[in-house]
Amino acid sequence: MSRNSEHRFKASIVGLAMSAVTACGPAIVTTSPPVITAPPPPTLDLTIPPLLGPPPTLLVPPIVTRVLPNGLRIVVVEHHELPLADILLEVRTGGEADPASKPGTASLVASLLPEGTSTRNALQIGDQQALLGISLNANSGWEQSTVAIHTPTAQIDSALGLLADVILNPAFSSADLDRVRKARLTALQQQRDRGPSIADRAFATAVFGANNPYGRPLAGTEASLASLTRDELTRFYSTFFRPNNSILLVVGDVHPDEIERRARMLFGAWANGDVPVVATNTVSAPKGTTVIIVDKAGAAQSSVRIGGIGAPRSTKDYFALQVMNTLLGGSFGSRLNQNLRETHAFTYGASSNFSYRRSPGPYTAAAEIVSAKTDSALIQFIKELRAIRDTVPAAELERTKRYLQLGLPQRFETTGGIAGQLLQLLTYDIPLDFYNTAVQNIGAVTQSDVQRVAREYIDPTRLTLVVVGDRKSIEPGIRALGLGEVVIHDVRDVLGEPPTPR
Amino acid sequence: MRIPIDTFQLPNGLFVVLSEDHTAPIAAVNLWYHVGSANERHGRTGFAHLFEHMLFQGSANVGANEHFELVQRAGGTLNGSTWLDRTNYYETVPSNQLELALWLEANRMGYLLPAMTQQKLDTQRDVVQNERRWSMDNQPYGTWWERLPALCYPSEHPFHHSLIGSMTDLDAASLDDIAQFFSTYYTPDNAVLSIAGDFDPGEARVMIAKHFGAIPRGAGKPPLGDMFLPPMFGGAKREIVPDDVMLPRLFLAFRSPVFGTDEYYAASVCSAILGLRKGSRLYRTLVRELQIAANVVAFTYDLAKGGDLLVVDATARPGLEIEQLEEAVGTQIDRLVVDGVSTEEVARALTLIETDLVVSLQSAGDRADKLSMFATYFGDPTLVNVQAERYRAVTPERVNTFARAHLTKDNRASLVYVPREPVAAPLQDDVAMAGVP
Repeated sequence: MSRNSEHRFKASIVGLAMSAVTACGPAIVTTSPPVITAPPPPTLDLTIPPLLGPPPTLLVPPIVTRVLPNGLRIVVVEHHELPLADILLEVRTGGEADPASKPGTASLVASLLPEGTSTRNALQIGDQQALLGISLNANSGWEQSTVAIHTPTAQIDSALGLLADVILNPAFSSADLDRVRKARLTALQQQRDRGPSIADRAFATAVFGANNPYGRPLAGTEASLASLTRDELTRFYSTFFRPNNSILLVVGDVHPDEIERRARMLFGAWANGDVPVVATNTVSAPKGTTVIIVDKAGAAQSSVRIGGIGAPRSTKDYFALQVMNTLLGGSFGSRLNQNLRETHAFTYGASSNFSYRRSPGPYTAAAEIVSAKTDSALIQFIKELRAIRDTVPAAELERTKRYLQLGLPQRFETTGGIAGQLLQLLTYDIPLDFYNTAVQNIGAVTQSDVQRVAREYIDPTRLTLVVVGDRKSIEPGIRALGLGEVVIHDVRDVLGEPPTPR
Repeated sequence: MRIPIDTFQLPNGLFVVLSEDHTAPIAAVNLWYHVGSANERHGRTGFAHLFEHMLFQGSANVGANEHFELVQRAGGTLNGSTWLDRTNYYETVPSNQLELALWLEANRMGYLLPAMTQQKLDTQRDVVQNERRWSMDNQPYGTWWERLPALCYPSEHPFHHSLIGSMTDLDAASLDDIAQFFSTYYTPDNAVLSIAGDFDPGEARVMIAKHFGAIPRGAGKPPLGDMFLPPMFGGAKREIVPDDVMLPRLFLAFRSPVFGTDEYYAASVCSAILGLRKGSRLYRTLVRELQIAANVVAFTYDLAKGGDLLVVDATARPGLEIEQLEEAVGTQIDRLVVDGVSTEEVARALTLIETDLVVSLQSAGDRADKLSMFATYFGDPTLVNVQAERYRAVTPERVNTFARAHLTKDNRASLVYVPREPVAAPLQDDVAMAGVP
């Protein structure tokens, strides 16, 4: 089994960047697809693109929702292509609820779930996965902690049993905590090697400040990880891991009644509790533009991040923002990529992204720029961030909308894809019929909508810029641009003092 | 699971594989050209990959930026990739757009050269050089992609040289090189076209004949350089690379039987027992029990000619010297050779591998790519349907036979990355900063 196919050299990485963009974006199942072209006349002129028939209809997979007496919500989607199922248990609290001095709490709790239960140790949990051919992953994000299982349906009873054990009976043993903590500290230490990781950290802190959860790292800091105790983890767990704060999502070759029956047996005795509401973050916009240069001597490329505060997932501007961002930097044909890659060849790929969260997340334009062209690239970035505030040409708008509309069915091809799309909706309390109208909603976005949201969210006079690169060679050029205040950091300012080797 | 497969060949030699599946209203188009970096001539390393970029720059009937644009406007996704022995191009589109994807692929197969300009070449050369910086030069340990093959294959062997190429060779590539490479390798008789997903096979046949039928057959390609290799390295090799990294990392490679042979499947199972997921031998012992590795995996390259590689990739925990890590990995390998593997270990590896096989065939794009692969390497796409059986035929005895022959001390190549010593570090620098430039 080779793993190197993931790393082969490709024409474009913007495809990868896109998956991050669209992971939060709309996907579609529709019964009334838009008709985009006239029926194809017979043609034998091979010098022009073929005219195409109307796009195919994708039937809405029925979504069945049930609620157990203890409040656990069960959502089931039947998908019978292959004898497989994707099962997710989402606890609706994540790193946003970390204590201010203890970033990484939710993340460490999630990491420890598969490390041992009252009846199984980590190796037994691992063995069971291998023998049954299932894979189990625990993760946390800003608003959620999730355990995901991918399983052959022949093993679904065992898989659900394992999932329930990991969720309901985690051991949080000191030995496992110590081991996971060490592994996490090692991973943090390796971030110091990577310009892009340093840039992402520096950008989040610069935009949100250390007093806002979004300004702190989900995975924790070296200081917080070193100090987190077993008590703090179990407190987080017993506060938030409650059925009335959780959703069980199952997509695959399954039947809702059978899933509900199993869920009642496994989760029926899970005690509910009062789950505190996590306060919404507030943050004020910057007064002007700041440029932060983080010195990484000898770097072959500068990691550039530019942006500010975007919008929450619940924004009424969601579709307008998706269209605007796709046009700006959310696809290979976007302005940023065409300019910085195809016209100027400063980079292998440039992109932009709005990160939609419960509270407004960041919007970020990003690229890895050849060091010698760092200042020239910044000029082009700023130029595009200004230009997007002008009226976008109708043809460019239509092209972008089609790209978004017609690409939606691909997100629903696999059980994992369907589960991922629905989980987004569930996490942010978006109605589950969202995809039935997404095509129409994208279609309704106008030139003036795009201009309005561009002007509202992107202010070229109040940007946060982070550039991680070889300070000696890039600083003079960046200063000469006169973009705003220039602040010089080194890696320790961003990630803290490195730990002493032990 | 069995995938339905239908094949035919156009008179010009284009081999076509069709696989219907109407689960989702999308179709995947996938073209493999049987050319990769192994076909490059001396002084032109990186050319196959640079050429791949040029195939997105339009053709006689497609404008410079139109290729990406037409597919994306149709709601499709697309990309291409280059490997040692092949180059592929692929689109996944809403099923009504199948003909658009075929038209685009046929246009660049048949009518590329009129659209090539010096300016496009210069731009893509710069983009590729940035890709090299992004994926290798500015990436901790990133140069392993070219250093490991260079260490494991003799200097004259087609797999020895860098896939992404040297900056100098990339600079030397000319429009003449483009024209020559195109007419030699980008011909219908050197390609496989696969379509998977929601389409009508009868209509697809008509479209394929219409768009690809008139493209002339090639004049034949020069043979690859000598691919032959002895089954073992015949000695131990070791290369040390100081890099801007915090932690040492070891790539330990063994020459291994080529993809598709019975011995390959035993090697693949052995590699899974060693380092596939957290239950594997190396992960269990080095990461969990001894806690001397931050991570460890094992994998095979899956090369179908010359010689394959089985690679163990292990990163040290902080504070550990590379020699300690190498010794611990070596001890585990030796133990496997001496004591053999258990029936239970083989069964567990097979379960993981089979699950991965099923998952890898869930999307139309991946299915089409696998069909192209088996058709290109072995002339038989239906081999995709016997992979699980071939794995199931692997016994502990066969794994042990492989291990005793190939995991020996005279068949090991070690590429080790160590933190670079600071150059004349200022006195006030903390000791802990060693390795950070």
